[in-house]
Amino acid sequence: MSEATVNNGVNADALVAAREALTEAPQAAQFNWRASCEWKNGTHSHSTVEGFFGLGEEQKRSKTFAFDADHPEIFASEDLGATPVEYVLVGLASCLTAGVAAIAQYRDIQLKSVKATIEGDMDIQGILGIDDEVRNGFDGIKVTYEIDADAGRDDIEALVAQSQKRSAVYDIVTNPTAVTVEVK
Amino acid sequence: MVGAGHAGLAMSRCLAVRGIDHVVLERGEVANSWRTERWDSLRLLTPNWQSRLPGFGYEGDDPDGFRDMTQTVAFLQRYAEVISAPVETRTTVTSIRRDDEDYLVTTDRGEWRARSVVLASGACNLANVPKVADALPDGIASVHSFDYRNPDQLPAGGVLVVGASATGTQLGYEIHKSGRPVTLAVGEHIRVPRTYRGRDLMWWMDNAGVHDERWDEMDDINRARRVPSFQLTGTDDGSTLDLNAVTDIGVALVGRFAGLVDGKAQFSGSLLNQCALSDLKMNRLLNSFDEWAAEVGADADVEPSHRLDSTRVPEKPPLTLKLAEAGIGTVLWCTGYRPDLSWLEVDVLDRKGRICHEGGVTSSPGLYLMGMQFLRRRKSALIDGAADDADDLSEHLAAYLDG
Ligand SMILES: Cc1cc2nc3c(=O)[nH]c(=O)nc-3n(C[C@H](O)[C@H](O)[C@H](O)COP(=O)(O)OP(=O)(O)OC[C@H]3O[C@@H](n4cnc5c(N)ncnc54)[C@H](O)[C@@H]3O)c2cc1C
Repeated sequence: MSEATVNNGVNADALVAAREALTEAPQAAQFNWRASCEWKNGTHSHSTVEGFFGLGEEQKRSKTFAFDADHPEIFASEDLGATPVEYVLVGLASCLTAGVAAIAQYRDIQLKSVKATIEGDMDIQGILGIDDEVRNGFDGIKVTYEIDADAGRDDIEALVAQSQKRSAVYDIVTNPTAVTVEVK
Repeated sequence: MVGAGHAGLAMSRCLAVRGIDHVVLERGEVANSWRTERWDSLRLLTPNWQSRLPGFGYEGDDPDGFRDMTQTVAFLQRYAEVISAPVETRTTVTSIRRDDEDYLVTTDRGEWRARSVVLASGACNLANVPKVADALPDGIASVHSFDYRNPDQLPAGGVLVVGASATGTQLGYEIHKSGRPVTLAVGEHIRVPRTYRGRDLMWWMDNAGVHDERWDEMDDINRARRVPSFQLTGTDDGSTLDLNAVTDIGVALVGRFAGLVDGKAQFSGSLLNQCALSDLKMNRLLNSFDEWAAEVGADADVEPSHRLDSTRVPEKPPLTLKLAEAGIGTVLWCTGYRPDLSWLEVDVLDRKGRICHEGGVTSSPGLYLMGMQFLRRRKSALIDGAADDADDLSEHLAAYLDG
């Protein structure tokens, strides 16, 4: 499918094969992603990501990934990690960027460099409960890509547009998701 | 043959030419879908010339015009007469089963036994209504384009039109003009100009070979079959009905309808990207037209190349709308259609109830399908697409009968 000359480090043939296999066996496409989070002190928490379920069975990682979240000092916190909302930005930017690479591979476009900056505007009167009309979350998120690739501007824009269309985090952020929070 | 729409009639003609004895079973009258399932103002989005059926075509003096429903029905009725199609009207097929080598076709007017069956019962028999419609608050009418006829049928007040393909943009425009303010929820859509370089879009699709692209040459035929209809309408002046045109008359654009909680509609934040994707796809199509024109030396026959303005997207489209408070009296679902083959008792359906086929040939010997999106060619679902498909499939069918 892909030319040997284009290499973005993405195994596009494997992705295509997986897509075909999962079309035949849709139950294997049911995944369950998880993280666990433990409070440390103040606004500081420590989260880990390890196993997940997919392809019909429990899957193991090569290692456990750890993430510290906190708030900056201006919130009277200790700044021991990025804020949770910044993790959302990281999630979105990394999801879109992975998508750009995969789609570029599929479309035979050699990438040289891909850089995204992502920013979210927020009026914190919402989270502080000062103004009911202000939402807690972002007013809007802006992602700016700088891409150097063997392709014209239209093709590069199409890569970025298609990656939004196929992105899980983009969907999570732009569409409502039912959330259930329980106490054991 | 099940169904006397243009697809069934085209197949009937091809079988007659091959001397194959057949009958066309039709639950209503010829062209039943056009008579009973379309809105009043609908005009075809394909020009008059683009209705070349086997042994028949447009006979009038306005090849570039667009038929209304009366003219469409008259056209198909006349086709049925010209080809003396053996149509049994008022005959509803209630089940089709295999019986040894044959098919047993049960109808409300008795049974037929056939060596071969062609399903031409249409791709748009049922309305696709998203599940969230059930959660609409009392007092807000929920109407699908399938049941919509004209604006007067709707209660006073605003209308949330969901879907911005051919149907949603046409109805949004008409309803807003009727004095009911329209909010249009925009998901994936395919923008195209009605006229490009002085020629109708369909002239380009036809001449540049896009309509003839084959199903077995597509990278991903399943995706190609799911692509929404062109955002297009038949206009006398060749103007384009796109999102900019509906914005110009005051229709408000919002993102894809994504959810409904306590009477509050939620819209996706993806509007900008949906419009960007659509503009990019349109420009790809227009580039391919330009390349074709340069290649075949047609540049002199058409006007210079040009591009449309980008889709204007509101700076901050609302992400939620309290329907009752916003004065919305109706939600109009322009969310598409699907076939109804619930009476087909032959094992050719997938787990989602969709019929499996290879270019209209099913895995059940002698059972064929017509008139579906991209069945054998990009044009398969269009009136103009039936001739080639009927020709191919009647050949296959004849070979099967000769066995
Ligand atoms: C709103 C709309 C606009 C369209 N505009 C255009 C356009 O501008 N140009 C174009 O080329 N195409 C257009 N199309 C696409 C296509 O041409 C039409 O959908 C067309 O009606 C399809 O023709 P058909 O013969 O495949 O099916 P239909 O015309 O739907 O014919 C199927 C027939 O089968 C009958 N039938 C169904 N079930 C049974 C049963 N169980 N027993 C007996 N009979 C049965 C029906 O009554 C019907 O008469 C449009 C479609 C829609 C929905």
